[in-house]
Amino acid sequence: MAGGSQRVYKQRIKSTQSLKKMFRAQELIAASRISKARGRTAAAAPYERAITRAVSAVATHTSTDHPLTSERPDTNRVAVLVIASDRGMAGSYSASLIRESERLVAQLTAEGKDVALYAAGRRAISFYRYRGRELAGQWSYGSDHPQSDTAAEIADTLLGAFLAPVAEGGVGELHVVYTQFVNMVTQRPRVVRMLPLEVVEGVAVPGEHETLPLYDFEPSPEQVLDSLLPRYVRSRIFSFMLDAAASELASRQRAMHTATDNAEDLIRTYTRLANQARQADITQEISEIVSGADALAAS
Amino acid sequence: MAELNVDLVAADRKVWSGAAREVSAPSADGQIGILAGHTPLLAVLRPGIVKVSTAPGQVAVEAQVSGGFVSVDANVVTIVVDEITEVSGRESALA
Repeated sequence: MAGGSQRVYKQRIKSTQSLKKMFRAQELIAASRISKARGRTAAAAPYERAITRAVSAVATHTSTDHPLTSERPDTNRVAVLVIASDRGMAGSYSASLIRESERLVAQLTAEGKDVALYAAGRRAISFYRYRGRELAGQWSYGSDHPQSDTAAEIADTLLGAFLAPVAEGGVGELHVVYTQFVNMVTQRPRVVRMLPLEVVEGVAVPGEHETLPLYDFEPSPEQVLDSLLPRYVRSRIFSFMLDAAASELASRQRAMHTATDNAEDLIRTYTRLANQARQADITQEISEIVSGADALAAS
Repeated sequence: MAELNVDLVAADRKVWSGAAREVSAPSADGQIGILAGHTPLLAVLRPGIVKVSTAPGQVAVEAQVSGGFVSVDANVVTIVVDEITEVSGRESALA
């Protein structure tokens, strides 16, 4: 029986050690991928900057109305896109993201809006499916390594929903919930209203030596806008996904580091307990032998 | 002669950037050529070939693109494309 508790401790130590190895491996993988993910965010920045500048140039030089920039009062359906991760092992990453999206959904519902959920990433999909909530669209993609064509696919689906007539489930707004990468230790969930578009970038600053350039549009301002705005949405969604990927990896690295530390603590505790148990066994055995010998000597 | 300042960017990276003399791109209704001093322009691109030359007959980069747009403003040319399927010429070290 006393030997039994020793064996139990040994087993616990062993299994904790193998868990520790796994945590450690995950931590290292996340750490090695994170710089790559941040590099990709940086690599996508010129495209986003160029497209934002072009959109604001068109917006300031024309008064063209576009369906993507105008409000839709005809429907109270709104779309919410949740950009989550595919895997767990990232601490509170998924939990806080989903909490934020639930808060947004509750707020929109309170405003009398009908929410259509779009989920990207398996964690979000399984969360909503488990609760029997209907998903208008779902994508599971390599969430720690998003591709621009996945972003384009998601964006096109949502643009389609925004432009669809009411009868076909058209939505009047699009909100995106994702995790913003602030720095290695801070990532926070963020809600962005994507559609209808508001081009936030101010008026393009004209060169000091010239007047505001009057752009020539080819083939026409409407067509330029037609091709620019969907690209703008796509590039924004792609940059959200890249940001979310960097956040996921940073959270995972941190969570796995903590898990490794905890595993080490546990191993230390169990080792002490095992030693204690062994010591107790030995003491007991000695006292049994001694008392046996005493009994023999007395007889 | 004044030079153009060209940036060629794809959705996920910067492909080429530098000074050039001439840019040729597939605009909606034909190949357009851009030289220094071009009027400000925003043009939609259809799938085709973008060519950047640093001197007559010297092509710095030639790329097969899948559509995008080009903006010209005070000799700054920004070519924004969704996807580049084929590049010849030296890629910028930034890529």
